[in-house]
Amino acid sequence: MTTAQQATATTHTARQFHLDRSTITGLMFGIIGVALIAGVAPAIDNTTRRFNLERPPDPAGIGFNPPTWIIAIGVFYLITAALGIGPQQAQRWASHARVLSALGLVPLVLVLSLALSDKAGTNVVILLSESLFLATPLALGATTGLWSERAGIINIGIEGTMLSSAGVGYMTYALLGEANSTGWLWFSIVIAVLAGGLVAALLAVLSIRFNVNQIVSGVVINLFALGLTGFLRSEVIFRTGNTSGVRTSEIGLPLLSSIPVIGEQLFTSRPIYWMMYLIVFSTWLVMYRTPWGLRVRACGENPHAAETLGINVLRIRYQSVILGGLIAGLAGAWFSMESQGGFEDNMTNAAGFIALAALIFGKWTPWGAFAGALLFGFSRALGTRLQFLGVEVSGFEIPSEFFQSLPFVVTLVVVAGAVGRSVGPAAAGTPFSTSK
Amino acid sequence: MASGSSITRASGQLHRALTEIWRLQPLYVSLYAILLSFIIGGVLISLIGVNPLTAYWALLRGMAGDADRLAGSLARSVPFIGSALALAFAFRAGLFNIGAEGQLLAGGITAAYVGALSWMTNLPGILAIPAILLAGTLGGTIWGGIPGVLRTKTGAHEVISTIMLNSVVLFAARWMVGSRNPVVLRDTDSTVPRTKPISDNAVLPELVDSQPTLHVGLLALVGMCFVVAFVLNRTNFGFEIATVGLNPHAAHYAGINVNRVLVWAMAASGAFAGLAAASEISGTSGHFQPGTFFLMGFDGIAIALLARTKPVAIIAAAVLWGSMLAGAPLMQQEANMSIDVVRIIQALVLLFVAADAIVRYLFRVKDIEQNPFQTSTVGGAI
Repeated sequence: MTTAQQATATTHTARQFHLDRSTITGLMFGIIGVALIAGVAPAIDNTTRRFNLERPPDPAGIGFNPPTWIIAIGVFYLITAALGIGPQQAQRWASHARVLSALGLVPLVLVLSLALSDKAGTNVVILLSESLFLATPLALGATTGLWSERAGIINIGIEGTMLSSAGVGYMTYALLGEANSTGWLWFSIVIAVLAGGLVAALLAVLSIRFNVNQIVSGVVINLFALGLTGFLRSEVIFRTGNTSGVRTSEIGLPLLSSIPVIGEQLFTSRPIYWMMYLIVFSTWLVMYRTPWGLRVRACGENPHAAETLGINVLRIRYQSVILGGLIAGLAGAWFSMESQGGFEDNMTNAAGFIALAALIFGKWTPWGAFAGALLFGFSRALGTRLQFLGVEVSGFEIPSEFFQSLPFVVTLVVVAGAVGRSVGPAAAGTPFSTSK
Repeated sequence: MASGSSITRASGQLHRALTEIWRLQPLYVSLYAILLSFIIGGVLISLIGVNPLTAYWALLRGMAGDADRLAGSLARSVPFIGSALALAFAFRAGLFNIGAEGQLLAGGITAAYVGALSWMTNLPGILAIPAILLAGTLGGTIWGGIPGVLRTKTGAHEVISTIMLNSVVLFAARWMVGSRNPVVLRDTDSTVPRTKPISDNAVLPELVDSQPTLHVGLLALVGMCFVVAFVLNRTNFGFEIATVGLNPHAAHYAGINVNRVLVWAMAASGAFAGLAAASEISGTSGHFQPGTFFLMGFDGIAIALLARTKPVAIIAAAVLWGSMLAGAPLMQQEANMSIDVVRIIQALVLLFVAADAIVRYLFRVKDIEQNPFQTSTVGGAI
């Protein structure tokens, strides 16, 4: 919580009556519930649609009747509303109901858009695997932010770190491997990771050694990355002639990928995506189950206490920020060598900032941030899918720009506190100087 | 380290010359940061096999080679003044407004909408021009006010929310300008997506017929810088902003309504960006295209930091920035190299201004004033 918010919190408690978050969200769900049951359900197309589980032709799937589902979700929203507005005793249930209701938006949007399009069904397994794949850079970026901010250094420069490593990694690939060699591809991914570490080291030096305002140093990184990668693209990558290249190949997980119907679609994907799970897991393991992880967290919460216990706060901060940078480097490699084989200007396209929002959504915990990344990955995949479905409302097709802006709107709603107030590490943003 | 010490000795002599002859003390860090950035940029240029002096000479002539180019450079700088003011003003209140780009877009849309309204054609210029400028300002104010409200009501950090709002308004603008079914703001006669041209009465008078046109918007935004300087230094509101920016607890304790100040500071920030957008629409393009304001918000951040968030210094910094961008194409043409070099140099300038300890060490500059980017509480925890 920032100082300004603390000041505002004081004014809030002074007030006797106010609508609390629970009542407001309760009312909101109530209104949506009524609208769904009374307005939407009778109006939409009554023919059966299908959630397919396989690629065509003749896919296995689940058929459903859109109005019935919409009424069911509407009723659940009304229950959530009743619990939220209800007495103190109901609040414990209300918070669970709110989370379920928020999750209920996913089937709601899917059912609604299918009912409003002229397609009979859509493949939900592919949608899921796309969401997971698109969540990769967000989860890695959020982990970057996690390492940095839990150690007490705000990292706005995730975006720039990812962009630089995407550019530097692909440049290496184009220069040395002519963008067409597995050996050089992996070498370039390592270079991208190291480049991420280097950029993070710059952020660390600015924030720790020179005590630059941490947000300013992040902005410097972002601007620098834009210029540097633009330069590299036009002066180096473009001149090699290898502007597009072979990306990492798909790997099927043994056993799991041979599960009938869904196995092949869900468990065949590319290597950086698989590494993402490993990195999120080891981040949790190291941060919560090792002495070093405890030290990192201590430096982010109370560096002076940490110092008293003999921890070298500055060193821990350097280590943690640079470790985060290495992870962002891998995310950069995902952009230019896994998602696409090639580098474009500003190809990260605000993913670094969405990753930060995922971190806030996850309340600065590894698994929470991962869940946030999944949410944003899903809203991206959904945006593309809905665009493909061609959803029409009373004769007007909903424009693609609407779906493209979906992840950003979701981010905005999330940081504005749809999930309840989220409080970051206490010492994040404040420079630390060792006692003499 | 013989060469190292001779470099520092040379820079020490340069420093003495600046102190004793030109008396440029307060500008040291910025000046040296620019110098250092061009040196490093020169190294980069020579790495790709181009003579940096050739490149810089072309850049300089592109910036101010003749009267026409100079006017064009000035014209290019006008919107940057607005976007830099947007950052600087919020910065004083302890807010980090990354949303200037979105506020420019919002202001541009409203300005282009009002400018193309049918009744505008019957309005005399003396009313039409203020109307279009006001419309742009209003659009920017609203789009800037939203993150302010979100920050005070929900605690959503303005850095994240402004970036998200940038993207949201960009997509909205693309839709409004591009959509044919339904037609929202699109000029259906045009093959490229853009709004209808604004009425002739709403076009800002031109000062020099350069490329791009130098128009009265320059005077409006330069005037705005002085107004902001006055507001920040001489009025109650300016005092409240500074107090909140330095210590919100103390401000609250002193009876200042912190939330109100934060919301208004953000809204005013957006207003400057909106005004800049309106002057761009009214003076230069005559219609709105979403691509016009690409990266202008980020440039505004750099300019404001280079000017150390001092409103009047912003004018100089914005002119430097805009003319570098205006001069870059000639450098590209003559030295046959990417214009992104200019971007790198600009990022380096920002780097050295922010981390002024590097500059102070290299050029032996004494710490006569605290670096605002070290002491400031801007942003706080995200």
